[in-house]
Amino acid sequence: MSHHKVRISVNGTAGEDEIESRQLLVHYLRETRGLTGTHVGCDTSNCGACTVMLDGKTVKSCTVLTVAADGGDVLTVEGLDEQGEMSPVQKGFQACHGLQCGYCTPGMVMAATGLLLEQENPDDAAIREGIEGNLCRCTGYDMIVDSVRWAAEHGGPGTAARAHANGRN
Amino acid sequence: MGSMVGASVVRKEDPALLTGRGRFVDDIRLSGTVHMVFVRSFAAHARIVSIDTDEARTLPGVLGVWTNADLEGLPASRSVPGMERPCLAKDKVRFVGEPVAVVVATDRYLAADAAEAVLVEYEDLPVMASIEAATADGAVPIMDGLPTNVVLEQQLSATDAEEELAAAPHRLALRLRNQRCAAVPMEPTVCLADWQSSGLTIWATSQTPHHMRNEIAQMFGLSQQEVRFVAPDVGGGFGAKASFYPEFLLTAELSRRLRRPVKYVETRSENMTSMVHGRAQDHEVEVGFDDDGTLLALRVRITQDCGGWPDTTGIGLPTLTSFMSGGCYKIPVIAPSFRSVVTNTTPVGSYRGAGRPEASYMIERVVDRVAAELGLDPLDVRRRNFVQPGEMPFATQFEGIVYDEADFPGALAKLLEHVDYEALRKEQAGRRDDPDAPLLGIGFSTFVEMGGFGPTPLFEQFGYVGGWESANVRLNVDGSAVIKVGTSPHGQGHQTAFAQIVADQLSVPFERITLVHGDTATVQEGIGTMGSRGVPVGGSAVFKAANKVRDKAIRIAAHMLEADEKDIELADGRFSVRGAPDQGVSMAEVAVRAFKPHLLPDGFDLGLDETAFHEPSNLSYPSGAHCCVVEIDRGTGKVAVARYVAVDDCGTVINPLMARGQIHGGVAQGIAQALLEEVTYGEDGQPGSGTLVDYTLPSALDLPTYETDHLVTRTSFNPLGAKGLGESGATAAPQAVVNAVVDAMAHLGVRTIDMPCTPQKVWRVLQAATRNGS
Repeated sequence: MSHHKVRISVNGTAGEDEIESRQLLVHYLRETRGLTGTHVGCDTSNCGACTVMLDGKTVKSCTVLTVAADGGDVLTVEGLDEQGEMSPVQKGFQACHGLQCGYCTPGMVMAATGLLLEQENPDDAAIREGIEGNLCRCTGYDMIVDSVRWAAEHGGPGTAARAHANGRN
Repeated sequence: MGSMVGASVVRKEDPALLTGRGRFVDDIRLSGTVHMVFVRSFAAHARIVSIDTDEARTLPGVLGVWTNADLEGLPASRSVPGMERPCLAKDKVRFVGEPVAVVVATDRYLAADAAEAVLVEYEDLPVMASIEAATADGAVPIMDGLPTNVVLEQQLSATDAEEELAAAPHRLALRLRNQRCAAVPMEPTVCLADWQSSGLTIWATSQTPHHMRNEIAQMFGLSQQEVRFVAPDVGGGFGAKASFYPEFLLTAELSRRLRRPVKYVETRSENMTSMVHGRAQDHEVEVGFDDDGTLLALRVRITQDCGGWPDTTGIGLPTLTSFMSGGCYKIPVIAPSFRSVVTNTTPVGSYRGAGRPEASYMIERVVDRVAAELGLDPLDVRRRNFVQPGEMPFATQFEGIVYDEADFPGALAKLLEHVDYEALRKEQAGRRDDPDAPLLGIGFSTFVEMGGFGPTPLFEQFGYVGGWESANVRLNVDGSAVIKVGTSPHGQGHQTAFAQIVADQLSVPFERITLVHGDTATVQEGIGTMGSRGVPVGGSAVFKAANKVRDKAIRIAAHMLEADEKDIELADGRFSVRGAPDQGVSMAEVAVRAFKPHLLPDGFDLGLDETAFHEPSNLSYPSGAHCCVVEIDRGTGKVAVARYVAVDDCGTVINPLMARGQIHGGVAQGIAQALLEEVTYGEDGQPGSGTLVDYTLPSALDLPTYETDHLVTRTSFNPLGAKGLGESGATAAPQAVVNAVVDAMAHLGVRTIDMPCTPQKVWRVLQAATRNGS
């Protein structure tokens, strides 16, 4: 079993870990770093529950090897808040009832955050396009669309995500 | 303080879930935990010749490999009596995905490696992966000791209605298929068992923790106090997590043997063949009617595909379909019967609606077909046959099945306030004349279903100890409140809804109320969350417990104010004496006083802590009227939902925001069943939809926006007047969509199409109809 040493910053905290070479990034986050907010919902890269940001872009962390993130910066749902206050996207999901069971939610929130980093003011069609890679079984998506629109109108992706995208984190 | 019930407050649940601080089973870390992985059958029906575990046992990190033979004495998984399912296949396998062996290793990757190294030799048996194959002449019985694959047959009426059908002016036969669907909660099955000398604790993805505790205790011969079952945050269930799974027993047993916590995390690909599927019913229908569309007689013969092992819930589903087969119509004679068939496929159990969507689809397709035969408007046929509001409660011909208060014509009338039906029909006619325009179809669904499951005699038939729900409401010394409830939410928002109920009853601020659920060690008793029973049954128990606390608080306030209890009023958190509003004490002052024996009458029971059970007098019957407008691309057959309008009557609405969420989610699943989803098998029993690549779970691009409204007819069957809402959307939507799809092509002579209405299927129907028409 081959192993690698990796240096990965997660939510601004540096880490140096020896991991199995075949380890998936999602398991690095959940098992090695203990950040269980990022979920696994499938094994075929369809559901997006594991979506995180890696060096400013959203990725499905179940299809990224940990070694591929070596030297990178990762932002997870745990890192979105601003000094204890939820980010606009997180607030939008609460205000518009964009979640029910909450299992797809971290991935959905990260996908929405990524979308708002790329498009300041997406229309409904662009929002649906932007979250198309994330599956939710509870909401039927309409109130998720409302949530993302709410976020766009109340501060966009938020300062933590902007800082991450600008490479400051 | 205004009323909290009826207010669109945002959810208490959300901040934890939104910040990654939720606690799902796989998030729980116990030191020393080891990981269990299954070796699953890749054969659909085969005798197990040998299982070679030698290599697997030698691999790094492996603590052991077990087959059925290594687990002698382990009880069967919960089963239909006489059809006991072993936790691991014994002698033969009956469907692809059935567990054959388990491996436990120190790490989930190592466990998966070792599972790969287990070699199983199979000798093929004839595969019967469909109802047709399993009931064909010469089909081999899958269940040992049974003569055929039909495991249960029942006629639910005194006659087969042949006389009435023969006498009717018109008679029509239909075959309908409610295809097999997968629930696909975003969190698959996960469990973590820790068997210590003091007893067993198991954390698992379940909708019914107390029920599971009872089952597990009984199976292991433990007393119930030795078993703690916890359902923490659960990532969706949709009925499929109400079933019992062998992994609950296996992780427990292996934890006992290894003296370490054992965790099992199902992959999605495993989930697609291992978690119970839903629906899977075929209907042969005959209906008799007269010239104006009045329904005179209905016969429906249901065939339920049970899969490879009959599930205790699954085997009861066609009974519910039978009971609901008349829908919201007065039909003088209804003759339902069913047969349940085992096949070499994944077992079938509950899926959102569980037996009622199948009935609603059938009767709503029947009504549209009757209208088409007679050249009548489908709404006129509905109106002609509705049970009228003045006839409620309405006793159906089935004993104990009594519809509560509802207004079926009123719901349709309210729907038509949102839909300009005449304009749509005009638009449709215009489109038909323009070969470049997409076809337009308008479909309706006026439905009634069952909610608020119990009562106890009904629920006993599904293996539950009761059909009641249990709640405890306690005030702390500072006047804040804690609710403990036996329902076990997995997305429904009980923390919020039940706090709203208690806030109103006790005049305690919503922010100062917390809900505890899902843990048999802390919650007194419970049944669980399924059958749209959260609010009507669980909420009613909460309501009753809160009222008991209120009654006691009034006694204390009366003592403090030296007034008669009858004269005490509670408003805005303050008790006062009627007629003397300036004389009063706050709820917080009363709460403190409840703990001061020397300041209370002699012998007064201390504390404000009350438990109540609610046994519903009967099921409730949520109903409503939905309309779907579709556009069909003539070139590709692709169906797009242009509009979806839902008017629901769930009685009292506790939280309109969350009610909207329930309707959206249910309708989404119904639309997806109508257009996209189907679990398929090849003739060899190999799954054609074993991953999310193949099973078309809808994305945001596949689903429309939804327009919703409510008609509120309170039910008299529970103190809240609430009927339940969780399953209405999934029950109402499939036929609204399919009726619209058929309607779009009706001018070409199209009368039927099977779900899912995929582009390919619709295109073929359209091509055939165009050829025939020209």
